[in-house]
Amino acid sequence: MYHRFDAIVVGAGGAGLMAAMQLARTPGIRTAVISKLYPTRSHTGAAQGGIGAALGNLEEDHPEWHTFDTVKGGDYLVDQDAADIMCHEAVESVYELEHYGLPFSRTPEGKINQRRFGGHTRNFGEGPVRRSCFAADRTGHMILQTLYQQCIKREVDFYSEFQLLDLIITDGVCCGLVVLSIKDGEIHVFHAKAILFATGGYGRAWKITSNALSNTGDGVAIAFRRGIPLEDMELYQFHPTGVYKLGILLTEGARGEGGILRNNDGERFTERYAPTLLDLAPRDMVSRFIYQEVKEGRGINGADYVHLDLTHLGADVVENKLPDLADFVRVYLGVDPVRELIPIQPTAHYAMGGIPTDVDGRVLVDEVNTVLPGFYAAGECACVSVHGANRLGTNSLVDIVVFGRRAGKHMASYVQQAGFTELPAGSDDESRRQVNALLSRESGESAAEIREGLQDAMMDKVSVVRSEQTLQHAQKTVRDLRDRFTRVAIQDRQTWYNSELLETLEVGYLLDLSESIIAGALARKESRGAHYREDFPERDDTNFLRHSLVFNTPDGLRIAQKPVDVSKFQPKERKY
Amino acid sequence: MLVQIRCKIRRYNPTQDKKPYFSVYEVRMEPTDRVLDLLNEIKWKLDGTLTYRRSCAHGVCGSDAMRINGRNRLACKVLVRDIGEKMTIEPMMGFAVLRDLVVDMEPFFEKYKAVKPYLVNDDPAPVTERLQSPEERAAFDDTTKCILCAACTTACPPFWSNPDFVGPAALVNAHRFIFDSRDKGGAERSDVISGREGVWRCRTVFNCTEACPRGIQVTKAMEEVKRKLLYDRA
Repeated sequence: MYHRFDAIVVGAGGAGLMAAMQLARTPGIRTAVISKLYPTRSHTGAAQGGIGAALGNLEEDHPEWHTFDTVKGGDYLVDQDAADIMCHEAVESVYELEHYGLPFSRTPEGKINQRRFGGHTRNFGEGPVRRSCFAADRTGHMILQTLYQQCIKREVDFYSEFQLLDLIITDGVCCGLVVLSIKDGEIHVFHAKAILFATGGYGRAWKITSNALSNTGDGVAIAFRRGIPLEDMELYQFHPTGVYKLGILLTEGARGEGGILRNNDGERFTERYAPTLLDLAPRDMVSRFIYQEVKEGRGINGADYVHLDLTHLGADVVENKLPDLADFVRVYLGVDPVRELIPIQPTAHYAMGGIPTDVDGRVLVDEVNTVLPGFYAAGECACVSVHGANRLGTNSLVDIVVFGRRAGKHMASYVQQAGFTELPAGSDDESRRQVNALLSRESGESAAEIREGLQDAMMDKVSVVRSEQTLQHAQKTVRDLRDRFTRVAIQDRQTWYNSELLETLEVGYLLDLSESIIAGALARKESRGAHYREDFPERDDTNFLRHSLVFNTPDGLRIAQKPVDVSKFQPKERKY
Repeated sequence: MLVQIRCKIRRYNPTQDKKPYFSVYEVRMEPTDRVLDLLNEIKWKLDGTLTYRRSCAHGVCGSDAMRINGRNRLACKVLVRDIGEKMTIEPMMGFAVLRDLVVDMEPFFEKYKAVKPYLVNDDPAPVTERLQSPEERAAFDDTTKCILCAACTTACPPFWSNPDFVGPAALVNAHRFIFDSRDKGGAERSDVISGREGVWRCRTVFNCTEACPRGIQVTKAMEEVKRKLLYDRA
């Protein structure tokens, strides 16, 4: 089936819906939102702790301070001009969300309440500041619900449970999509003047992750297959406080409210590593502290986890400010956080890298920032780059709201002056072949086994600490798995609601992305932010204060670099 | 320590099956595994054709509501040890089955949309936030938790007997706005919820409250909506 819209948004999380809102507010623009899930199932809904914005509702704060923290938190790999835009527009964006109806928690005066979060400081690093605007510990849920509600109000067209298969680029212009209707298996072609990918992250490449089963990087992988380079893929964040073994996120807000990490001796070990910010040091660091404690035998009973201690906070704080956390811990661990210690371990959480974009969400295709007309990306799938080598807590929600909004506004003006580019003949042939091959192959490799092999390898070799040796080992494993994947076969031959087909396509996306992550990690012979190389433990600004780009070429992967904007703050050693 | 689980799952593919049937699977699971882990174990190791929705796997996205031993639960928010060694899993009741445990959610979202589940306030917005006291905010806190999983609506006897009833989930979301001090949509919203298929269909059976995986006091919320409609009329 053929469809034609002025603008299409792929992905219905915070970035996609924020963009859709801007398009819907502009009269005369026909917009569709395509998502493999129902919109409210998107992973934005799992974000807990808050959205950073220097409102200064409880104490003095300034967007410049937020910019500084973002840059320093990102170990100076942040494009500072972009971070500055983000931190300034965070303020008006949070007010816009409030005007949309977002039920923020409130101060006694009725203003938006704010709390502390890791790496957010007053006056360029002097001490913690209350910057995270929150709605209990379900801020992401409230952002997702509120934006979906406003999209209903504005009668946005949704295509829910439609799986992205391909991106159509012709003569250097992006002009369409190939999409599978999950319900009946029909392949659709969407023709558009502008397309936004807001397709989220890919934490499912790792065994222990906070990410949803659906976070398989579909959009990023499809762009990569179509020749778009990927930026800073080696920079992937592990959140320090995942539920032991399950990886479910326990918000940093717990430490913002005073929670403490303790090792097997009951020691608050962050005192030895980050004497100023302690438990609220940035995530890459706290994850490494935990790794180090475990390595030196101070994990709980010698195992690979430590404790999060909330027992001194009192029932009132735990139940009222962290109700969802309390619920997770009770349901999944059978632990009462008011009285007992919570077993936690670092969990694969967030991609700082992704599809390169400018500050208006336009996708950039090379080292000199050439724009691909008609193609946009925003949110976790994109790399602006505002998170550099390590994202600060709350800045993912800031990113989706600010850059979803900016991309939506830019698209709205672009589609008013641009025409439709004609679709090339047979633009869905390749997707049809791909799907038909999977539906007809009689026997072969199991996608579930390939995925398990991938997740184990990525967890063991490409996580908090890496080296040439572990990365080369992982590279070989992923290549073997990719080879096996060419022979993958599924049991379900139905076209009607075939979820095994979808899961198999997703494994293919994860394999491609993992290969690009490993290539980036091998090339970055330094330690910066979330990328820690045992064999190169120091940051090397001379050779690596650069974004990395990985290109998918017929001859294999090619690595290049491009400069970082350091126009506001000169790189310094990062201490907390 | 692994335990042996015998799991009966109701299967149906309307494009090829004349009627639903049960498949029985034997799997070994940790008692602390989620029921969703068990479904994944079956799908990934035994039977790739088993069909269900899932995403976040920790009870916040609302994808995997289903009937587990006769009760609506999220498969990712209930552990194997809480169900026992014999399990029967069926789709939610009241919506057409698309395949196996997947039901057609379109009518559910249509009901949700019918109650105008969005803030209505056409006054010019201030430069900063609209003020709201912590007490005003607390009046609708409970109903902001809704994840639209449909566990409540598909556990509701008045909905089973009358599929046109908007159902508890839509009314929870009406409550979320009716009691928001910033909202001015009172009149337009009350047309729907006080109408023929609105809140008065509720017979306070409390199935919805029991089914809610988010612990929302669903029946109480509907009672508050009823009382508000009566007071506003008086």
